[in-house]
Amino acid sequence: MITRREFLKTSLAGAAGAAISLAAIEMVDPGKVLAAAVQPEKNARWAFLIDSTKCVGCGLCVKACKLENGLPFEANISPTWVERYILTNGGELFADSPKAGRDGYTSKRVDLGMGKYQVVDKSDTKKAFFVPKLCNHCENPPCVQVCPVGATYRTPDGVVLVDKSWCIGCGYCIMACPYGARFIDPRTRTAGKCTFCYHRITKGLKTACVQACPFGARQFGNLNDPNDPVAKTIMTQRVVVLKDEYGTKPQAYYLGLSKEVR
Amino acid sequence: MHVLRPLLVVIALVAIVLAIRIFAVPVGFGVYDGGYIYGWYDQSSEEAAKSVEVKYQGREYCQGCHTEQSSKVSSSLHANIQCENCHGPAIKHPSEPPKLTIDTSRDLCLRCHADLPASLSGRSAIKGIDPDNHNPGVNCASCHNPHSPAPGAAK
Repeated sequence: MITRREFLKTSLAGAAGAAISLAAIEMVDPGKVLAAAVQPEKNARWAFLIDSTKCVGCGLCVKACKLENGLPFEANISPTWVERYILTNGGELFADSPKAGRDGYTSKRVDLGMGKYQVVDKSDTKKAFFVPKLCNHCENPPCVQVCPVGATYRTPDGVVLVDKSWCIGCGYCIMACPYGARFIDPRTRTAGKCTFCYHRITKGLKTACVQACPFGARQFGNLNDPNDPVAKTIMTQRVVVLKDEYGTKPQAYYLGLSKEVR
Repeated sequence: MHVLRPLLVVIALVAIVLAIRIFAVPVGFGVYDGGYIYGWYDQSSEEAAKSVEVKYQGREYCQGCHTEQSSKVSSSLHANIQCENCHGPAIKHPSEPPKLTIDTSRDLCLRCHADLPASLSGRSAIKGIDPDNHNPGVNCASCHNPHSPAPGAAK
């Protein structure tokens, strides 16, 4: 039998002890903080900038992406793609992306799917433009949240990657992505996506699509580098992101986007 | 007693699962930067993503040997187009592949030069043709020089 005095004594001592040990765990290591603050090139935060007014719909970016990343060229999958939007004078909106825009847009025929096509006359178009798209490498990637096995993740420099050797191909991430940026690679039956050409950017190269784009519609930069021209544009110009209302914090920023773009 | 025996069986099962887990889960697996929600992964797979072979080398790589052609292109209207957009990825050329496959098809040129309704894009600033009426079936390169394209001029 313990007395009330004894019980209060021991429980108070226990609480105090727990508080001290918790405080010890949350101590900040000043060395670590300092290391994170300097060295922008080691502590990069990659971001993509797309000027959709410059895109001409040539699709050379899609071709370069698929070849660079060794994806099956004829399979209807692509980490990046180009969409075409045509708004008629009557207010009708057509949008297509045949073969992800891999072969460019060479015809006036809009692909409606199911083997149907629609020709929109030049005199009947109010707006017509192209929009390059790719994985947004969200700061809060829903595709990563849903992965049941930890096969997809966000690297410290802000790139969302898939561990092919660990992915079970369940397809949850494809369902979760609001941008339709993921696909199943038919060769490995695992999830595939844009890697921001992680093998290139970590070597100081540009991504394959940025390098292939003749018009500067696609640009790539490091938000942690104050001298980076792309970072400067993102910080100072009127940029928007896709589906902001989802709270995913996309890291692909757009200039000259129109409200028709979905 | 009759509680203890099934309890031991359960403990043994849990121990077996934990033992298998030690061997099955990769060494690099853990919770990293993004916390459990975004950063629960095998860190060694970052290296796997970095180890992909670089195939597109860029025009600076080509310039080293093909000086004449690259200087010709760089002073032409096609200066902004990378060599590899038409000639294919260099990879480790000249050792592998020894010869690149040049895309001289009409479709390659039409990617930019087919006249389309594109009022709000750079496409409208590029000279375009109607592919169905402008010498259909003939390769563009048989009349136009892609390395120094003068408007309407033959080679």
